[in-house]
Amino acid sequence: MRRISRLSRLAVLGSATVLLLTGCLGSSGDGSGDQDSNRNADAKKVELTIGSNSVKGGKSSAGATFTEDVLIPKFVEAQKAKGVDVTVKFQGDGSDDEVYKQKLALSLSNKAGPDLFSLDGIWVGEFAQAGYIKPLTDTVGDAAKVNDWNGWKQIPESVQQLGSFDGKRYGVPGGTDGRVLFFNKKLFQQAGLPADWQPKSWDEITSAAQALKKLPGVTPVQINAGTAMGEATSMQGVLPLLVGTGATINSDGKWLGNTPQLRQVLDFYKTIYGSGLGDPVLQREAKGRDKSFAEFAANKIGILLESDYFWRSVVEPKEGVAKMADRDTAVGYALIPASKPGAGVKGQDFVSMSGGGATAINPNTKFPQQAWELLQFMNSAEMVKASLNGAAKITQRTDVNTEVLAGDPMLNFVATKVLPITQFRPGLAEYPKISAALQQATADVVGGKSTDAAAKSYQAAVEAAAGKDKVSSS
Amino acid sequence: MTPAFVVRRIGFYVLICAITLFFAVPMLWIASAPFDKSPGLGVHWPDWTLDNVRKTLDHPYAMHSMVNSLLICVTTAVAVTAFAALASYALSRVRIPGRDALLYGLLLLSSVVTGTAAMVPIFVMMFQLGLIDSRFGVALVMTGGLLPAAIFILKDFVDAVPKSYEESARVFGASTLQILRDVVLPVARPGLATILVWAFVNSWGNFLVPFLLIRSIDKQPGAVLLQTFTDEGGSANLSVIPVFSLLFSIPVVVLYLLVNSRYGFRFHGGIKS
Amino acid sequence: MTTAPAPVPGRPARVRGPAQDVAGLGVARAVGFLAPALLLIGAFLVFPAIWTIYIGITNYRLTGVEAVSPSIVGLANYTKALNDALFHNALWLTVLFVLGSAIVGQNILGFALAWTMRRARPAVRRTVEGLVLLAWILPSTVVAYLWIAFFDRDTGTLNSILGTQGTAWLIDYPMVCLIVFNTWRGTAFSMMLYSSALQAVPPSQLESARMVGASGWQTLRDVVFPHIRGHVLTNTLLISLWTANDFSPFLLTKGGPNHESETVPVYIYNVALQGGELGYSSAISFLLLIANLLVALLYLRLLRRRS
Repeated sequence: MRRISRLSRLAVLGSATVLLLTGCLGSSGDGSGDQDSNRNADAKKVELTIGSNSVKGGKSSAGATFTEDVLIPKFVEAQKAKGVDVTVKFQGDGSDDEVYKQKLALSLSNKAGPDLFSLDGIWVGEFAQAGYIKPLTDTVGDAAKVNDWNGWKQIPESVQQLGSFDGKRYGVPGGTDGRVLFFNKKLFQQAGLPADWQPKSWDEITSAAQALKKLPGVTPVQINAGTAMGEATSMQGVLPLLVGTGATINSDGKWLGNTPQLRQVLDFYKTIYGSGLGDPVLQREAKGRDKSFAEFAANKIGILLESDYFWRSVVEPKEGVAKMADRDTAVGYALIPASKPGAGVKGQDFVSMSGGGATAINPNTKFPQQAWELLQFMNSAEMVKASLNGAAKITQRTDVNTEVLAGDPMLNFVATKVLPITQFRPGLAEYPKISAALQQATADVVGGKSTDAAAKSYQAAVEAAAGKDKVSSS
Repeated sequence: MTPAFVVRRIGFYVLICAITLFFAVPMLWIASAPFDKSPGLGVHWPDWTLDNVRKTLDHPYAMHSMVNSLLICVTTAVAVTAFAALASYALSRVRIPGRDALLYGLLLLSSVVTGTAAMVPIFVMMFQLGLIDSRFGVALVMTGGLLPAAIFILKDFVDAVPKSYEESARVFGASTLQILRDVVLPVARPGLATILVWAFVNSWGNFLVPFLLIRSIDKQPGAVLLQTFTDEGGSANLSVIPVFSLLFSIPVVVLYLLVNSRYGFRFHGGIKS
Repeated sequence: MTTAPAPVPGRPARVRGPAQDVAGLGVARAVGFLAPALLLIGAFLVFPAIWTIYIGITNYRLTGVEAVSPSIVGLANYTKALNDALFHNALWLTVLFVLGSAIVGQNILGFALAWTMRRARPAVRRTVEGLVLLAWILPSTVVAYLWIAFFDRDTGTLNSILGTQGTAWLIDYPMVCLIVFNTWRGTAFSMMLYSSALQAVPPSQLESARMVGASGWQTLRDVVFPHIRGHVLTNTLLISLWTANDFSPFLLTKGGPNHESETVPVYIYNVALQGGELGYSSAISFLLLIANLLVALLYLRLLRRRS
């Protein structure tokens, strides 16, 4: 008897706790929408915080240094001239992107967090759905004020996707990038391949790799695969190949399932890694991508699918991670071909993928108007150019690009030849899971599973992530 | 000396050498890489340079993070030791109903909850308490997580303090507090010292709790900062990491040596009565 | 013939529940002694734990639609876990990890060290114990770098020693690497616990065992083990729990390659942070708690049989 009564007491206690806790989750709904967007617009003393996943002396040190030492002082000075006393703090994290994202989301869900923060383009959708960010016109309140900013004209439509969701602008995009096939001209010469190589189909990549295979100690071609590299596998592997078959990962509201195009991509992986044209071990290592950089620089990899970042920060002769003193003469680059001419997305012969981030305004900021001013200031031609600090990089602004990329043929190539044909990832909440399923499928194939088996488990994973009715297959 | 004895002796020393090597070899990296001109992942006789040390000392947050680590971990270690000592004595000497179940229950919780799954509750709670971006708040959370195991281990020590000591002190008319201070405390001191080191070591390496709860990078401890040492490309910065790792290890080693030389370091009472 | 373990002279017979309030603490003061610890544990451990269990029955995420309006999905997360091949994989790997590195590795190596070091020269003893302890007290992030360097495919120390350049140990044998690593990392605790436990074995009994010509194994089994049985169990329980919940495998392999070293804590981390599925990860944490509970109950049963 006593036992039972004790049990029921426990049950009552338990359900009471559950009731109590129900209030603790998801309480962050709307509500911020009711706030007056002109709050504190005339304040003479303003405090703003910029959040970013960068830190001086660590991750993305240059960006953090620029924000702290140039951007903030300049902004404070400009505001002072207007009679406003602004204090801007920089809150840098500099850790893994996943943990930064969760930390940011934790703060935002409690209606706290920095007034302006940078986020990856692919997070925009999930943050918007969670109500952590609002369309800029809502946060700032005045649609004309946002849309009339002259900076928008300088940012190409395709690049603006980085800060948009459902056709609305949630943030101002930062710089972007593009993916190409890099190749080692020295190895190409030894293998009797042309220095101005430009494959027109996947078969031409394979045949070049076959020629390179004859060189001792050389991995002919490296295309990222596997789960160890995370998103790098999607961006420098599956997705550029996928758009080369004419498919995109999400079209007409449906995620790509087990389709012929997906199997075609997996078959290509099988060709590369099953016949010794690529190094399957590299793809399984946690630091595999860094290793592939080092091996390319040491003339041990023939062809590598990478972003322009590889050119400007990895094999860069002076400060690169894996310096190549003869980069300008030894490293060639070519557009990524569709599987066959004209078979790419939108009927293209050549394809690419791009990524990047955006800066958004916290809807719960105390100073929405001043935050919008800072955001414009941050993305002005003057500041964007200053942020480069003399380096050449593809920025979000066309006017800055024409000026700074003139001296670098490779980056100019990306800005003029790649950006017009490139694709961006969808900023939807399900994307990370779909991406993980793609990575898993490549891991399965490289690990020896059959294409069909890998594609089947991919289909199951996508259905579990997005719901059965939102997946296309055939 | 029989041949069998000689063989056994040789075997014994070979075994000792093998074990020593097993424990020593992985550590060689931290001895060579910090002072090497081009530090990599290999172990070799370094091409001596102090450049890496200078770079690390020049890092804007490196040295500061050590101070933060010390603040957080000393607070944690002292709090864990003090509260665990009081609790374990009470649990050992006074009959409290459901004591064992309580102890095991908490021990189990502590090993599971402090991980990733509880990050939302802990964050929201600290946020409501206004303890975000506070080193003290981080120390509190870590203390809560370490206490059960500390009580569990320490109770073993207190159980082993012979009750006859306390009884005789009582016969001589000592008050309860006197007994605690002059009889129990000295006997249990090695245990307390051990728990202090244990709690310090465990909080020293914790990454997730301070990372989530602290906003300003200049308040972050070394364990968090160590994760930020990447270069522009996002790969590990091997000119800073080895030196920082070495410096970061010094406090725990010093604390251990100090405690070990004064009190001895062990994990069980086992005092012969 | 072996000597039967005689009652230990001078050692107070351990009655169950040794609670005798010899210092005259009194219940009120005892509660006062317990209060600060219980308060902290309640606030920072029990409360988040209950909350976590609650999250486990929702589909809560930190981002996306479910962040705004999570709904209670009942036991759906648990049924999902039961059918989740990756969770089964993680569970199996955790069992391997605990068996290999804690129950066998740390326990046996720890005991062997404690046993042999008893009679070693002080200088030898100090060196060996110091090294073993150093492995245990170094911060885990630092230790992770040490072992990544040790196992590295191209310039790793292990490959230099064995002359097996090019073997990617962490890729080809991830679980073996983790087990070796964790044995290295955690042996100190067992070693110390057994060293002090062995001091409680009366030398006279060891002496008489030697006199009757008992072999080393017989001595261990019939003289030493009965004395330290409780310690073996306590030690095994603690290191098993710590190992089962250990997160450092993540620092070495991130669970890879292809989930081959994804133990349950690593899986929880990956589900919660990479996948953002906090509801599901909380449910798995609760399942891990249950698994730990079962292990602890088994241990308690064994311990009770002792007395």
